Amino acid sequence: MSAGVEDVRASGTSEESTTPLRAVGRPEAVARRALGRTPRVGAAPSRATSTIVLVLAGVFFLVPIAAMVEFSLRQGRTGSYTLQHYAAVLDPAQEYAYDGLFQGTLNSLAICAITVLIVLLVLLPTMILVELRYPALRRALEFVCILPITIPTVVIGVGFLPVYSVIARLVGSDAWSLAFAIGIIVLPYAYRPIAVNLQGLDVAMLSEAARSLGAGWGTVMVRVLVPNLRRGILASCFITIAVVLGEFTIATFLSRTTFQTALVLIQHTDPYVAVIFALLALVFGFVLLLVIGRLGAVRRRA
Amino acid sequence: MTLAARTARARGARDAGTEPSRRRPDLGWLGLAPFSVYVVLFLLLPAALAVGSGFFTRDGAFTLANLAAFGNPIVLKDFLDSFWLSAVTAVLGAVFGATICYALLRARPDGLLRSVVDAGSSVLAQFGGVMLAFAWIATIGSQGLVTVLVAQLTGIESLGGLGGPSLYTVAGLIPVYLYFQVPLMVLSFMPAMEGLRQAWAEAAATLGATRATYWRRIAMPILAPAFFGCAILLFANAFSSFATAAALIDQGGIVPLRIFSSLSSETVLGADNLAGVLALGMVVVMVVLMAAYGLLQRRAARWQR
Repeated sequence: MSAGVEDVRASGTSEESTTPLRAVGRPEAVARRALGRTPRVGAAPSRATSTIVLVLAGVFFLVPIAAMVEFSLRQGRTGSYTLQHYAAVLDPAQEYAYDGLFQGTLNSLAICAITVLIVLLVLLPTMILVELRYPALRRALEFVCILPITIPTVVIGVGFLPVYSVIARLVGSDAWSLAFAIGIIVLPYAYRPIAVNLQGLDVAMLSEAARSLGAGWGTVMVRVLVPNLRRGILASCFITIAVVLGEFTIATFLSRTTFQTALVLIQHTDPYVAVIFALLALVFGFVLLLVIGRLGAVRRRA
Repeated sequence: MTLAARTARARGARDAGTEPSRRRPDLGWLGLAPFSVYVVLFLLLPAALAVGSGFFTRDGAFTLANLAAFGNPIVLKDFLDSFWLSAVTAVLGAVFGATICYALLRARPDGLLRSVVDAGSSVLAQFGGVMLAFAWIATIGSQGLVTVLVAQLTGIESLGGLGGPSLYTVAGLIPVYLYFQVPLMVLSFMPAMEGLRQAWAEAAATLGATRATYWRRIAMPILAPAFFGCAILLFANAFSSFATAAALIDQGGIVPLRIFSSLSSETVLGADNLAGVLALGMVVVMVVLMAAYGLLQRRAARWQR
């Protein structure tokens, strides 16, 4: 019964059944109870069904994470638990053992920074320019930005080998140059939040208003458009960081050391530390994306 | 100034008899140059090189002989394994994912539960498969939490053959792949599920439909194109995924792994540039999948206005 009352309230068709108590006295409520069960209207499942499904899904998705935590605390195969693997990561005496991992993490952070710059200085201005001056190209731009999802990364990876043998001759084979390749992988994810934000703005009107008040194009970009697009820009920077930190395929094909390739290497010598870092990275990614989601939720409510 | 205003002014100037050439040339298109150059150099060129390299011998002469690799039993087995792994995880992922979307219909769209599920799904679906492989090694690997617990409680070793060493085979990839396929389904199918209007349910109920009838005759037919479209997306996702498999399986097995391993040796299985040939095969499969996806999305969009 209580589930039924909730459903009716949720569907917004009945304002009077605010408390079950008052509903008891109402003739139609009595009639409904006499029928045995209340008809539910709408697509939403009952509370019980919803809870069961979500709990089962929660178990499937949380058990492996819990297993990682448990594994990272194990003391060998003794069956007892210890914090020694966490301490080892911070121990300067063992630094050499994790050298590759630290180097890979630093490389990935450098690639993150450059990839974010590519998004901000190449993708963003192009998207604004297309919106303002060449709206006919909007569909073409979208197509190009979604394209990397359609082409498997392993395929582009094969093509990057000859491209990067040229790049290595020009700028050397340091890991940061991977940012150009990963910037392409990131395109679909970075494009969407900015595009959604742009759709909600009248860019032409905003920029014409600013121009008629005497602003130059630089001022229009920096002081009018970018502040209005800050949520989309922030979301696409965050997701760019998440994708770069998780990138493995391109780095493997071009045999550069990044966070992920170092993780796979160290897994053979010290699986505990590999799991600790994987766990930290997953939590970090989750927090980043949760912040993006809450930004969106606040806007929707406002 | 908009393009329209600019052309209007130019036309006005021409009518007044002034020289049209005095108009400042439109250099705005130069702003598109950096992005265009970037995309050509780092997307179109590598893609063309990868697919094109399959048509050349090691000495650089054009040939179609490399395509004979598709008749090689090992290559055929790789494609077959890739196909069934993608199909199984796409179907299971689509069904489980859609069920979770259905359960989420009760949650407030801007509530905390939805935010947590969305963020968790994005992390698992997009944030790199290496870490997910580790998670499953820690769960059902030889020394995994579930493997050990089951062995202690029931005496069944290696989860009766489902865990332990079999995690490192193509079949063992199924649970690990589901770990990113189900979240991808939740992310891509939820908009369609939310597009179901309360008014449709009320109209059906007014005409005497039960909830079962409503789901069977109204909601399911409306959701069907989106559901199958998302399932195709999942298939494509599993088919092209590399990181998870590479972290678990050392050699061969599925097409992306074969592409990587064939890079290190010049002539494998009797064909030059096998990586390029396999890349071509993958692209052909992806084009077919994406065409089907596009068709289904267009049908699905009809109800999402």
